[in-house]
Amino acid sequence: MASTQELENFCTQVRRDILRMVHAVNSGHPGGSLGCTEFVSTLYQEVMDYNSDSFSMDGQGEDLFFLSNGHTSPLFYSVLARSGYFPVSELATFRKLDSRLQGHPTNHDGLPGIRMASGSLGQGLSNGIGSALTKKLNGDDKIIYTLHGDGEIQEGQIWEAALFAAHNKVDNLIMTIDANGMQIDGPTKDVLGLDSIKAKFEAFGWEVMELAEGNNPAKIKEALQEAKLRTGKGKPVCIVMKTEMGNGVDFMMGTHHWHGQAPNDEQLATALEQNPETLGDY
Amino acid sequence: MTKYIDSGKNDTRSGFGDGLTELGLENENVIAFCADLTPSLKMGPFAKNHPERFFQSGIAEANMVGMAAGSTIGGKIPFIGTFAAFATGRVYDQIRQSVAYSNKNVKIAASHAGVTLGEDGATHQILEDIGLMKMLPGMVVINPCDYNQTKAATKAVAEYVGPVYLRFGRPKVANFTPADQKFEIGKALMLNEGSDVTIVATGHLVWEALLAAEELESKGIKAEVINIHTIKPLDVNAIIKSVEKTGCIVSAEEHNVFGGFGESVARELSQTNPVPQEFVGVNDSFGMSGTPAQLMDKYELNAAAIVKAVEKVISRK
Repeated sequence: MASTQELENFCTQVRRDILRMVHAVNSGHPGGSLGCTEFVSTLYQEVMDYNSDSFSMDGQGEDLFFLSNGHTSPLFYSVLARSGYFPVSELATFRKLDSRLQGHPTNHDGLPGIRMASGSLGQGLSNGIGSALTKKLNGDDKIIYTLHGDGEIQEGQIWEAALFAAHNKVDNLIMTIDANGMQIDGPTKDVLGLDSIKAKFEAFGWEVMELAEGNNPAKIKEALQEAKLRTGKGKPVCIVMKTEMGNGVDFMMGTHHWHGQAPNDEQLATALEQNPETLGDY
Repeated sequence: MTKYIDSGKNDTRSGFGDGLTELGLENENVIAFCADLTPSLKMGPFAKNHPERFFQSGIAEANMVGMAAGSTIGGKIPFIGTFAAFATGRVYDQIRQSVAYSNKNVKIAASHAGVTLGEDGATHQILEDIGLMKMLPGMVVINPCDYNQTKAATKAVAEYVGPVYLRFGRPKVANFTPADQKFEIGKALMLNEGSDVTIVATGHLVWEALLAAEELESKGIKAEVINIHTIKPLDVNAIIKSVEKTGCIVSAEEHNVFGGFGESVARELSQTNPVPQEFVGVNDSFGMSGTPAQLMDKYELNAAAIVKAVEKVISRK
């Protein structure tokens, strides 16, 4: 287990990676990526059991993670590389021709660490449930984790999956919803209000937790440990996690402007000043 | 011509169900999902024999496709069952991203394809599914012709690693292929050799093609009949070899001619051996309610239509 400082250093470096990756190709989604940096970093550095030295698609005996909001790919790539799945230097190929680091994550080109394509929203929960069913059939007691945007759960497939998981007691699954309250066209409450996500999932028969400080690695770790304790009890587990879109870069916070917008040279310099190099840039 | 005997009418969906039942007993990695159509897909015996490996998905096809894709991680071989209309058009994006692009070992079992679904009408009679599925990179598309072949195909696709679209139907039709056949994905089957015209048919139209060949023989026309059970990958060599001999071709399918099997044949032949081709299929329209026989007649998907197409294509040589 990493110290709090080490984990914070990891997150800072991941933020730098995200900013530099989207800046280099003047495209990509920094807002949500920065907002979930602490969550995905903590998950891979502190919580999940996995073997990144020799990646296997089947992942038997390993915890598995499905990123359903695939547009946060730069975050996913940075964390995977810095967790040992592939060389950090490959982050420089993000969104470039013939790269394994496509705009949205995919296993199509053999990038270690990725087991399912995502990008078209709303599919990752179903994918996660399917792999959770197989884990049970295989007598594998590891956990499936999924991450979703709050806007993403406007997709109907999410609710089909939510019904199925509760009805079938898929209790080896922890779904986390990034409740940043923002989506492309503006605040989620204005676009298509979700009201109480907690109440909705509870009504669907899920075990629901709320995490108020979704950008605080220590609190995330605590919540995930608590969520793990709630698995195996007949209900799927959902964490509704409040985050700040664009977290760690002052001018990217409190607005949805940076959902799918890359910083220019000057903005990048400012953003990087706020996130000094810790583990070495790619 | 070679004689084929109908050993007793049976439905191709029962071929799927019986194949799946055997697979369940033989291979513990085979699992199944069904979206509230278990009796229609004949999946009941599998569900009863292996309740732990059968997942009732409810009327929620998108989730079913996504779960099936996820379930392959860890080595399971999922079959997902529903009507062809809901197994393709309704969930195209899920199949595209989670199954085809992610290259997952999912077997899409699509029943009640085409107009022979009958009285339920156009909402359920998909005529575009072959096109939708063949356009997906890496997707294998199979449309067997009778009960025995559907059963053999069901067992064969479990052995193949990769996404497969297995299309079959509702009505009881002639069962004339061998019960003990070995099904080879991508291998066309020569049913009758001839020299005047090539008839390539898929699915329910294969039997109609044989009936047509009999009638043509009485008119002095020797028709070569080839059963194309695998539309993708297409056995191009078998088709080319045949048209080199006959010089013209008729394709027959229970599907829209736009985007269908016949178009795949035409695309291949246009590049290497362009010959006159006529298309037996639905001409860019939706279906409607009626009995299967009435609909086959109305949409010209039967032996009579094939005979007419053959006479026309020969006149164009």
